[in-house]
Amino acid sequence: MRDDSHQVIVDIRGVAKHYGEGETRVDALRNLDLTVHAGEVVALLGPSGSGKTTLLNIIGCIIDPSHGQVSLDGELVYDNRWLRGDLRRLRLDKVGFIFQAHNLLPFLNAADNVALVLQLAGKSRAQAQARAQELLDYLEVGHRARAMPALLSGGEAQRVAIARTLANGPRIILADEPTAALDSKRAGIVMDLMRKLVAEQDACIIAVTHDEKILDRFDRLFHLRDGRLEDDKGDEK
Amino acid sequence: MNLAWRDVRHNLFRFILTCLGLGLLMTVVLAMMGIYNGLVADALNIVKAPRADIWVVEAGTQGPFAEASKIPNDTREAVARLHGVAAAGSVTYQTIEAPFKGATLRLYAIGYELGRIGGPQSITQGRGLEASHFELVADAKTGMVLNDTIVLGRNRFTVVGLVKDTMDSGGNPAVFMTLADAQVLQTQLAPAAARVQIARGVPATAEATVAAVIARLDANVDAQSVTRTVRQWKHLSALTEADQEEILIKSVVDKARKQISLFLGILLTVSAVVIALIIYTMTMEKLKQIATLKLIGAPDRTIIALIVQQSVALGGVGLALGLALILTVKDYFPRRVLLEPVNALVLTGIILVVCVLASGLGVRAALKVDPATALGG
Repeated sequence: MRDDSHQVIVDIRGVAKHYGEGETRVDALRNLDLTVHAGEVVALLGPSGSGKTTLLNIIGCIIDPSHGQVSLDGELVYDNRWLRGDLRRLRLDKVGFIFQAHNLLPFLNAADNVALVLQLAGKSRAQAQARAQELLDYLEVGHRARAMPALLSGGEAQRVAIARTLANGPRIILADEPTAALDSKRAGIVMDLMRKLVAEQDACIIAVTHDEKILDRFDRLFHLRDGRLEDDKGDEK
Repeated sequence: MNLAWRDVRHNLFRFILTCLGLGLLMTVVLAMMGIYNGLVADALNIVKAPRADIWVVEAGTQGPFAEASKIPNDTREAVARLHGVAAAGSVTYQTIEAPFKGATLRLYAIGYELGRIGGPQSITQGRGLEASHFELVADAKTGMVLNDTIVLGRNRFTVVGLVKDTMDSGGNPAVFMTLADAQVLQTQLAPAAARVQIARGVPATAEATVAAVIARLDANVDAQSVTRTVRQWKHLSALTEADQEEILIKSVVDKARKQISLFLGILLTVSAVVIALIIYTMTMEKLKQIATLKLIGAPDRTIIALIVQQSVALGGVGLALGLALILTVKDYFPRRVLLEPVNALVLTGIILVVCVLASGLGVRAALKVDPATALGG
């Protein structure tokens, strides 16, 4: 088995993001560096408005940085060659999102929510359904495959959302308060599950969280203050 | 996986309700189209019914449908002798009111000579006129049935046959009677003063008249040459069937036609705005889902297809409901509602274009959605 646990998946160099100009200019991120390796689960901590979501959006190819370089799984993105469609394709192939709310599409059942991303990536309907069922079984919600999202409990819905995120085998999983809607027991279960999946898929997780009860499940903690990143030792990155 | 269909199925009740509302709107649009067609068809039907090639009328008039025309009773004999005329018949037209089963019927009375042209073309029930007096063939819209009797003037008439879709340009259903009865009726319905004079024994000075003489021509005879010949008689004029149709369309039903066209235009505009609003609102309600789709990597075409397919489905189902409804109720309208396949096709085309254009608003809003919206912060 190939040992690439030290492979760099997310590499951010000198990234800055500002909104507005002149007196109205707001610096959301300032000259920020971050490297995340395969198998790592890292947390972004910080008060509201510190730039956590902006950083997550930049890594997720949703907004462009004002300056700096972003490399995802070896591909340098946000240079002039990248079109919006290319970014969306990169997101489909390499990036998975786990939301605070599960954000399942209400008009698709659990299995179809998972199968959709597979079909968007070019899998046939049969292949997508089979893989979706496999993932749901793995996450112990296979028996709820035909249930509509409105009929799922919070924990079940979050596990279906995780199955959707993992469907295309993304190398980068971005999570925005993934356990905020869960009680501490379920939050721990979800985090353990995500750690296990990351190890199996050789991916990494970057999560924004305020949930202190799960902090021990992260390999590294980064604090964002006024757009600057510090690791858990207080070193500015 | 068809997202549009899945979304519709998920909100099926609301979709059906929206389609029903749109269907009612389509019903009104189709009804206006049908009324418009019916107006023109009714006006032309009365001209086409006798299958006459030329109409001989009073000089200086535009025929019996556009204005009053009175020509001598014996004109038919003169016309029948013209070269190329195969058959001729005298006809009268008058609008009358008569009580029937507690209501007042407004009828378009057509008098024609038995055994000559000018009578009803196809009897749907019963038979044609056979007796010289007091028999009627009535349009079904009069509400009369076979063997019903009705008093017209001072005589009681019996309905012996029924026809369909025969009415004047005002929508008054026609009744056919013999020319002799029609002329008597003209006298009986003459102004009161004239009737008093007749009752006192003062002889009527005016000789009996008819409204027009219609003629069918032999094959290969040019109608224009016959009308030119008739016009040489200074007291007469002649019109071809095409002339009559043009007069009816341009002068008799023109204003009503324009009015309905304008109303139809307004209705279509309102429908377009309503469809656009519904589709825009449906899209705005789905913005978070669209943001999620973008975030998980769905291409623009998937999102555009979701909106456009729902929009077209909405228009299509609404139109189908509208068509079904108008076809069910059209016979209950007081005036004829005539729907041709081309109307449905034209409206389908219009609705399709409106739906695609209207979904453009929704598509524009959807494409502008920031995928970060799905992250919720």
